[in-house]
Amino acid sequence: MDFKLSILIEVFPLLLQGAWVTLYLTLISISIGLVIGLILGVMRVSENVALRVFSLCYVEFFRGTPLLMQLVVIYYALPSLHPRLNLPAVAAGITGMSLNSGAYIAEIFRAGIQSISKGQMEAARSLGMTHLQAMWYVILPQAFRVSLPPLTNEFVALLKDSSLVSTLAVSELLRKGREIVAWKVNVFSPYAGVALLYLAMTLPMTKLARYLERRVSEGRV
Amino acid sequence: MGIAQSYAGPGVDRVKKAGVLKVGSDITYPPFEYMEGDKPVGFDVDLANAIAKELGVRLEYINTSWDGIFAALKAGKFDMLLSGITITEERKKAFDLAFSDPYFLSGQGVAVRKGEKHIQKEDDLQGKVVGVQINTTGQYATEKIAGVKEIKKYETLPEAYIDLAAGRVEAVVADYPVIADNVKNNDKIELVEGLKLGEPEALGIPVRTEEKDLLEVVNKVIQDLKASGEYDEMVQKWFGASK
Repeated sequence: MDFKLSILIEVFPLLLQGAWVTLYLTLISISIGLVIGLILGVMRVSENVALRVFSLCYVEFFRGTPLLMQLVVIYYALPSLHPRLNLPAVAAGITGMSLNSGAYIAEIFRAGIQSISKGQMEAARSLGMTHLQAMWYVILPQAFRVSLPPLTNEFVALLKDSSLVSTLAVSELLRKGREIVAWKVNVFSPYAGVALLYLAMTLPMTKLARYLERRVSEGRV
Repeated sequence: MGIAQSYAGPGVDRVKKAGVLKVGSDITYPPFEYMEGDKPVGFDVDLANAIAKELGVRLEYINTSWDGIFAALKAGKFDMLLSGITITEERKKAFDLAFSDPYFLSGQGVAVRKGEKHIQKEDDLQGKVVGVQINTTGQYATEKIAGVKEIKKYETLPEAYIDLAAGRVEAVVADYPVIADNVKNNDKIELVEGLKLGEPEALGIPVRTEEKDLLEVVNKVIQDLKASGEYDEMVQKWFGASK
């Protein structure tokens, strides 16, 4: 086996830099994705046909095509539509990850909303609230609680998917690993570090997800 | 170098106004370019620095994946590419690019596992699985050889070497001087000395055709480096032998 601890120790600070990039790319993208997903999730269950259809098309497209394809199109193909759409690699990466994550989060919220008994909406409306007021004050707070476990899973998934941005040569964790392989002519050592750092970022989240799942099922979130 | 030349043209004006020269490169190609820690270094990096200096602007040497490097230049992500790129007519036409004068002469060579005695000439590649970096002239040269069993295309050259050492491919075809340098740091592979495939090649710097005024600067820099002897120093520094 080709593993040399000395190389791993030497390159670890570089890998940490890459891990930091991975982390903030994911945090920014999931934040934007949450906003997109919330709006789309509500649209998915709207009484308005146009909103339902639009949000369905969005969700089907971004979940039905590979994230890698979406990233490549945003980065390479958009500029040919309009010179202003020429995004640098990091912006293209965040755009792709946000739009993609928004679709998955929309479905998470939709399921959360639909799991709240219809009686809640009926009661809120009969108290004189509009549909949107009922959503905002009554339904969504409950739906959000239920959605927490799948949302943390989505965060973990997005963190791993961020490795695809390495194709655009953004210096996130995986790309850093590849650069070090080229520099040190050693495979195992950098990738051992890459794996360790991904795990360091995902394990706390999966633990959190399991904890939340338990609390939600006990009704104590 | 040191005499203030006045260059002008759409590309030069734009770059000067921006104050920065954006050079795209796949920085996993020693000794032309590779990341040493978090700094890009290499023959091409030195050349890029000289060009930026001549233009009087800052250099931004931007990492990009080789796979889409020409598309990225065409899409306006960089001003020029410096990435061990061979000048070919196909590339000029396909992406509407203009190339500088050659800054390095090369050709394709073959890397094999250390101790491999059976691959000595081009015909020996028949029936073998050969590794190349995707969309390189190494790939194109290998595609012209009849009887190669399979061509495996890798995103980066170091990954091809890894598969060579692991036995997934029998040979790797890439630039002769690059292999010659790479094998110094890799005790599992060796260069097949003297075996050159295809035609001799020249490496150049591409820009979008509408900005070919930038090439005036590039060509002057190449000329000056050669005249002053700095070129030979660079070759010695990065390749350890004069060409």
